Amino acid sequence: MGNVPSAVKHCLSYQQLLREHLWIGDSVAGALDPAQISVLINLHCFQPYVSGFSVSLAGSVASIHWETSQLSGLPEFVKIVEVGPRDGLQNEKVIVPTDIKIEFINRLSQTGLSVIEVTSFVSSRWVPQMADHTEVMKGIHQYPGVRYPVLTPNLQGFHRAVAAGATEISVFGAASESFSKKNINCSIEESMGKFEEVVKSARHMNIPARGYVSCALGCPYEGIITPQKVTEVSKRLYSMGCYEISLGDTIGVGTPGSMKRMLESVMKEIPLGALAVHCHDTYGQALANILTALQMGINVVDSAVSGLGGCPYAKGASGNVATEDLIYMLNGLGLNTGVNLYKVMEAGDFICKAVNKTTNSKVAQASFNA
Amino acid sequence: MAAMTKALPRRLVGLASLRAVSTSSMDTLPKQVKIVEVGPRDGLQNEKNIVSTPVKIKLIDMLSEAGLSVIEATSFVSPKWVPQMADHAEVLKGIQKFPGITYPVLIPNLKGFEAAVAAGAKEVSIFGAASELFTKKNINCSIEESFQRFDAILKAAQSANISVRGYVSCVLGCPYEGKISPAKVAEVTKKFYSMGCYEISLGDTIGVGTPGIMKDMLSAVMQEVPPAALAVHCHDTYGQALANTLMALQMGVSVVDSSVAGLGGCPYAQGASGNLATEDLVYMLEGLGIHTDSPLLSHLGERSVDPQIPSFQLQDKWN
Repeated sequence: MGNVPSAVKHCLSYQQLLREHLWIGDSVAGALDPAQISVLINLHCFQPYVSGFSVSLAGSVASIHWETSQLSGLPEFVKIVEVGPRDGLQNEKVIVPTDIKIEFINRLSQTGLSVIEVTSFVSSRWVPQMADHTEVMKGIHQYPGVRYPVLTPNLQGFHRAVAAGATEISVFGAASESFSKKNINCSIEESMGKFEEVVKSARHMNIPARGYVSCALGCPYEGIITPQKVTEVSKRLYSMGCYEISLGDTIGVGTPGSMKRMLESVMKEIPLGALAVHCHDTYGQALANILTALQMGINVVDSAVSGLGGCPYAKGASGNVATEDLIYMLNGLGLNTGVNLYKVMEAGDFICKAVNKTTNSKVAQASFNA
Repeated sequence: MAAMTKALPRRLVGLASLRAVSTSSMDTLPKQVKIVEVGPRDGLQNEKNIVSTPVKIKLIDMLSEAGLSVIEATSFVSPKWVPQMADHAEVLKGIQKFPGITYPVLIPNLKGFEAAVAAGAKEVSIFGAASELFTKKNINCSIEESFQRFDAILKAAQSANISVRGYVSCVLGCPYEGKISPAKVAEVTKKFYSMGCYEISLGDTIGVGTPGIMKDMLSAVMQEVPPAALAVHCHDTYGQALANTLMALQMGVSVVDSSVAGLGGCPYAQGASGNLATEDLVYMLEGLGIHTDSPLLSHLGERSVDPQIPSFQLQDKWN
C-alpha cells in the first residue's frame, strides 16, 4: 500500500464492496433487507458518508453474480459441512452450556448450511465438552433439508445417538498407528473392526455413515504420513459402507503439494463424489490447501464457523478453517454454496461472545468492528 | 432456504475459458521464488503505535540475518502523512547493509527521491494505482498526472543508476471504486514497465481478491508485461492471501511480497488483518519444494515438515 494516512476511515463504496465481495445480497440464500444493511452500515461507521446513498440491491445483485470470475475446472456446487458445534467446540477450553449450544446450532440451521455436525456421543470422561450430547441432540430444532450428523466412536455411542434422534452418524479413523493408539487406544485394524460394527448397524437402520480419516497430511507423533496409508484407510471405511470420506489435515501441517499427492492417491480408489477435505489452519495453509482440492474436483469441504477450536497439539495455534473465510473464497470463485455469509457471520459472532473469544475468521474480523 | 431443491443458476455465463490452470499446473510452479519483505515499511506503516528507530533498525537487521534478499526499509514520505516513517533517514543510515541484500525505500515524489539518495538508498519504489479515485485520495492527482510525476523520478533514477520498483495498488478491488477491471491494471502496469521499472508489484490493497479474480487480472497483465517482471502483494484482510498467492504462482509469478508476522492492519477495515505473513508464505513454499533465496529461511520451513520433529514439539520451540 502507498502512503495512506492511518486516519482514513471507511469509504462509501465499501458498501458496494460488501455486496460484491461478501455476496450478502445473494437472492438465493436470502437477500439483505434494509434493516440488515443499516446494521452493516453502522458496523462500518458509514454515517458521515451515507447521505445520498441509495440502497438498491435487486438490480445490481444479478449483474454482480454474472460478472464473477470463474475458474474453469472447478465443481459447480460445493457442499459445506459445518463442524463448529462438534470439532470446533470440542477444542475450546470453556465448557459451553447446553442451551447455548442448542441456540448456536439453531442459528446455523438458518444460514443455508445443509450439514451441521451437532455433537459427539463419546464418553464424557474423554471429551467433557460433549457430555450433554443427548440433550443437545434432542434440544435442537431439526430444520427440513438440513442434516445433523453426530460422531459415534463405538456401538454404545451409536445406540445412544439413535435413541436421542440422530439420523446420520460419523466414525473417526486415522492414517497413523500412533495417533490411533493415543487417540482411541487401539490399532488402526482394531478401530476398523469397531467402526465396521457401527457402520453395519447404521446401514441396517438406513442411517448414513460418514468416515473421517485423521492425519491425512501429517501426524503429531509420526510426522510424515504416506498417501498410500491414507488411501488404505479411506478404502476400508468406504468399502464398509461410509457414503463419504472426509480427509483431515488434523494438525494443519499440509501444503498444496502434499494435499495434491494425497488426493491423487486416494482418488485412484475412491470416487471423487465420495470425498471431502477437512483442513485445519494451524499454519495458515487451509484455504490454499482447499483451493488445491477444489482444483482436483473435490466438492465437499468441512469448516467451522469463526474457525472455532484450537489445536490440542500446538498450544496457541488456530484450529479449523473458518466457514466465513471459506464461503468468501467460494463466492469469489463463483461457486454455489447456498449459504448466506452474513447469517454465518452472525452465528459466529454469537458463539464467540458466548465462549468469550475473538473470532479466528479474517472476514469476521474485517467486518465486525470492535 | 435450507430446502433449496431448485437453486437459481448462479452462473448464466459459460465457464471462463482459462482452462490452463488445473492442478497439472502444480508441476509448472516456479522452482524459485523471491520474497520481498515489506514488514518494516508496509507492515509498520499500518501499526498504530509509533515504533522507535532502534527497534526498527533491529528488526531490519534481524530480517537481514534471516537471509531475506529484499527488505523494504522505510518510506521517504512527509511525516505529516505517515508519522511512523518520520525517521526514514535515520533508519536507512542506521541499518547494517549486508552484501547481496537490497534495501529499497518508498518515494512519493522527486523530493523524496533526492532525500532517499542522500541517505544512501540504492533502490527505490514508486506507488501507483489502478483506480482513479484511489489515486486522487491517496496522492491527490489523476492516474495520468501520477505517470508524469513518476516519469520525472524514473529519469532521475536512471541517471543515478538507481533501480526502481513499481507498485500498482487496488489490482483486485478498490475501497472507493469497488471492482477494478483487469484491463486497467494491465494498462497501468504496462506504463510502469515501459517507463523503466524493473519489476511491478501488483497489490490487492484491501485483500478483497479471490483466486479467480487474481487469475483474470494476471492473465490480462501478462499479455503486456513479462511474468518475470511481476510480483504479487496480497493482503490477508479476508483470509485470502495465501490462496491468491498460490494462484499467482500457478500462473507463473515468482516474486511475492509479504510481511513478517503479518504486520500491519488495514486502514479501510478497522480490526482487520494486514499483509500476508512471511512465515506462512515460507511454510507453503517449502512444503511445495520451492526454493526461497535464503538457506536460513529454507531451514525455518524445513523443520516444520521434518519427520524427526513432531509438530507439537516444534510449536513449543517457537513459543
